[in-house]
Amino acid sequence: MTGIAITFFVIAAVLVWGGLIASIIFLARQPQVKNYPEGSELVSDDD
Amino acid sequence: MSVQRKSGEHGSVASRPREQWTGQLGFILSAIGSAVGLGNIWRFPGVAYENGGGAFLIPYLIALVTAGIPILFLDYAIGHRFRGSSPTAFRRLGGKAGKWLESLGWFQVWICIIIAVYYAAVVAWAASYFTFSFDLRWGDDPGGFFITEFLQTSDPGFSSQFVPAVLIPLVLVWVAVLAVLGSGIAKGVQRANIIFLPLLVVAFLILVVRALFLDGAMSGLNAFFTPDFTALGDPNVWIAAYSQIFFSLSIAFGIMITYSSYRSRKANVTAPALVVAFANSSFEIIAGIGVFATLGYFAFQQGVAIDELEGLTGVGLSFITFPAIVSQMPGGPIFGALFFGSLVMAGFTSLLSVLQVVSSAFQDKFGITARQAALRVGSALAIVSVLLFSTTTGLITLDTVDQWANNVGIVGAAIAATILVIWVFRKGPELAAHLSAVSTFRVGRVWQLLVGVLAPVVLLYMLIQRIIVLVTEGYEGYPLWYLAVAGWGTIAVIVIGAITMTALRWKHDPDEFTPWPSTEALKELKK
Repeated sequence: MTGIAITFFVIAAVLVWGGLIASIIFLARQPQVKNYPEGSELVSDDD
Repeated sequence: MSVQRKSGEHGSVASRPREQWTGQLGFILSAIGSAVGLGNIWRFPGVAYENGGGAFLIPYLIALVTAGIPILFLDYAIGHRFRGSSPTAFRRLGGKAGKWLESLGWFQVWICIIIAVYYAAVVAWAASYFTFSFDLRWGDDPGGFFITEFLQTSDPGFSSQFVPAVLIPLVLVWVAVLAVLGSGIAKGVQRANIIFLPLLVVAFLILVVRALFLDGAMSGLNAFFTPDFTALGDPNVWIAAYSQIFFSLSIAFGIMITYSSYRSRKANVTAPALVVAFANSSFEIIAGIGVFATLGYFAFQQGVAIDELEGLTGVGLSFITFPAIVSQMPGGPIFGALFFGSLVMAGFTSLLSVLQVVSSAFQDKFGITARQAALRVGSALAIVSVLLFSTTTGLITLDTVDQWANNVGIVGAAIAATILVIWVFRKGPELAAHLSAVSTFRVGRVWQLLVGVLAPVVLLYMLIQRIIVLVTEGYEGYPLWYLAVAGWGTIAVIVIGAITMTALRWKHDPDEFTPWPSTEALKELKK
């Protein structure tokens, strides 16, 4: 592969696959909000 | 707040509790399974190559962030807050004028009906080609085999001459998909996605790794990733990027509204949406690498440059170009089986999601079960699908209906949804507050601006441009009478279907519903 093609492959990998990894880490660290609004005790919490 | 359990969990349009995904993972896998479809494999690589190669990544990522993810958030917000199929959710969103907005939901459902009947045929073709791979049934002339021998394609029209080689797998696809659909969300749709999505990823990764070691693969990747920066000055390249993102993410035609309506009320909405959006694009990049490494090999074998190859996207890429490559490749049958097996799995999970929109809407409106919806509605669709797409005119009908359903139907539905929700019913602040109240990734005015201004402007441009082309130039040289019936007729069916379904009576009152968090609680949060 040429240098410019490799560069754009790396950019794609970092931005798209990096975005996927970052979003998974973000979700794993904060799976749900800490405080729900009023009335939360009346709705189910099974997710 | 005693109303929440009463109206929330049961949704009040049915006498049963609303089904739910068993958890975050089941939902995410199912949503990715919906988004990752045939277009990821056969559309993205060619579109990227023809619109600037590596430089296409710039408008593509901008489109993802400014339109794809915001509209995905909008769909999730509507489905999650108003907890129903597309017609139910829009009706509830509309409040007193909800009846009018319900028709937009049915418009989306009818788009799904149209897409389902032809998408099943493509899955059936891929399933046939999966078996053909083992003995390279297409021989030395894959193009002639596909058009003439396999599909027995005749001139544009509506033939009653069935093609058994298409009819039998098509019936089997419908039996399989309706069996899954009738099993409900957790035991059917979710379970199928938990099995097929990992299988798809593994199969496709094996295919990509194999492709990378073929002669000429690197020249294929050079063609795919080398940027043509002059393309960035072409408005059509930007439109291509927004179109790709828009059609790829399964947004604006009810799927994501329906899927998010099966999440629990306290579910995190936006953070999983980011995972879904980036997973979809990640698969597209992998597909681009796999497809162009393979095309590089083909060009090397032919002694030509990549840009001299034909059939780099769509049906031509999958059913003509790829079989030709498989025939020349060492270990071709296995490679072919992996490719067409991947198409079947990607197509099947997307087809499931399209049909779930239809099933959910009929369940809500008529108080029927998932099994009843699969048997009654699904069977009717299967019959229409077989009548239209297993005949000698199936390919041309499919091509025409697909063009209108996507470029006019879905784009039109998206424009209507963004304008009506944000500007007419002014629900942007409420939906933004809802997303932020239950999600760890908060949204605000920027999101509302993207959904309410940028998205409709880009989509309107896309729609007008496409309509002008379809009206002035026609499509693929097909006769005008045929385009009027199969093309514009498709839009007429969607509109009439939406109006008719809206006029019918509900089994249970959908308006007996109170969203949670309440609007008062959301206002309180903003202070």
